[in-house]
Amino acid sequence: MSDKSTSETPSTTRVKRGLAEMLKGGVIMDVVTADQAKIAEDAGAVAVMALERVPADIRSQGGVARMSDPDLIDGIIAAVSIPVMAKARIGHFVEAQILQALKVDYIDESEVLSPADYVNHIDKWKFDVPFVCGATNLGEALRRITEGAAMIRSKGEAGTGDVSEATKHIRTIKGEIAALSSMSKDELYVAAKELQAPYELVAEVAAAGKLPVVLFTAGGVATPADAALMMQLGADGVFVGSGIFKSGNPAQRAAAIVKATTFFDDAAVIAEASRGLGEAMVGINVSDIAAPHRLSERGW
Amino acid sequence: MAGSSLTESSGAPVGVLALQGDFREHIAVLKSLGADAVGVRRPAELAAVSGLIIPGGESSVMDKLSRLFDLAEPLKKAIADGLPTWGTCAGLIMLADTILDGIEGQQSLGGLDIAVRRNAFGSQLDSFETELAIPVLGETAVHAVFIRAPIVETTSSTVTTLAALSDGRVVAVEQDNLLGTSFHPEMTGDTRFHEYFLEKVAGR
Repeated sequence: MSDKSTSETPSTTRVKRGLAEMLKGGVIMDVVTADQAKIAEDAGAVAVMALERVPADIRSQGGVARMSDPDLIDGIIAAVSIPVMAKARIGHFVEAQILQALKVDYIDESEVLSPADYVNHIDKWKFDVPFVCGATNLGEALRRITEGAAMIRSKGEAGTGDVSEATKHIRTIKGEIAALSSMSKDELYVAAKELQAPYELVAEVAAAGKLPVVLFTAGGVATPADAALMMQLGADGVFVGSGIFKSGNPAQRAAAIVKATTFFDDAAVIAEASRGLGEAMVGINVSDIAAPHRLSERGW
Repeated sequence: MAGSSLTESSGAPVGVLALQGDFREHIAVLKSLGADAVGVRRPAELAAVSGLIIPGGESSVMDKLSRLFDLAEPLKKAIADGLPTWGTCAGLIMLADTILDGIEGQQSLGGLDIAVRRNAFGSQLDSFETELAIPVLGETAVHAVFIRAPIVETTSSTVTTLAALSDGRVVAVEQDNLLGTSFHPEMTGDTRFHEYFLEKVAGR
């Protein structure tokens, strides 16, 4: 270390979590090509998420879903100046190493891709690039934060256009945090055991009444109203996957979802944003998907 | 510092542009200093404030939303009329007369006679924390967080440089009632920059 007054320290926890803080109130859009990334940026995305196939296609085509081709990720980074995130498979730390070498701004260790390890998630503290991870409940969120995640998104059920799982997961996480906040210290020890998370982190969440990282929501958001619903339920922002580029008019729908996310508490603005968007993505009811095919059940 | 009593005397709250970004953090710091603070998303809300902070976030998104919801013109007018305004990170970009490396068609509100380069350091891997000497805030260095931060590349003679990195790159400026910082004082718990801004609001 040189003179403290001139040293610059990168990749600290504050710097990693800080980028997510700057994305709050915004919409992060799934893209598979540089052209889609440009459309997303022009429509007002705060960041784009690069992946090989959008969840709706992963669902319909089947097979193993992996990290995107580095050429595609390079192309997306070159096409836009907003942050670029990219997905790695759960536990696939080499895909994560590649994404870091490609200089993406955030890595999503994602259940939407086929898991590479059914026991271990990636040790995210080892990386300089920050990670976002999915969670269906508070315990899962806290375990991911313990592993080094700098941002959490509730999982929902990706590729369905059915917002019900997203609703369930954000309500669950918010409800469990509220319950922690009302507990005494002796109860928090038991809560930590039941959440399967470290006591110190559980106590921190109880005292603050919120996670120590930003909490977005994802999985099934397809309309401006869906995005506003997530925001009214307490999400810090929204990921939209198949909902945009599987719809009739992606640019217009993307811009409308951005408006509804900012004015989530103003029904007149959301109504205006919802007009004339053309066809939404064809949806699948989560209840029609056999349990083994539900992506949100990947990760633990 | 008498930020609280000074702002109360002006009667009107301090606004934080709340289209996108970390506006809640600014509101929380202002309130911790005893100031009345509100989010601003509409022209009527802007008309009621005594000062304005434009927070960190994505400048291209703030630009788009401010124009779509008819806030950009009232903002430009308020700034031109002397509303004390401080931009942090994305907010600095919004206040710059000239944006370098903006997205296609990106506009700023302007006010600060400077050229600001967006994402000047590179990707998130180049984001960092450091200690900055800011003489107007006292002798103790300010701990500053830079996240995909912009830098001030050129300044006119009417602009005062408040802070620069060790290599000379300018990261905090002042021009009359306007302040701009590349970094995020709302993230560190050091409230001196907010107090400095509140004095500006009170002294108008």
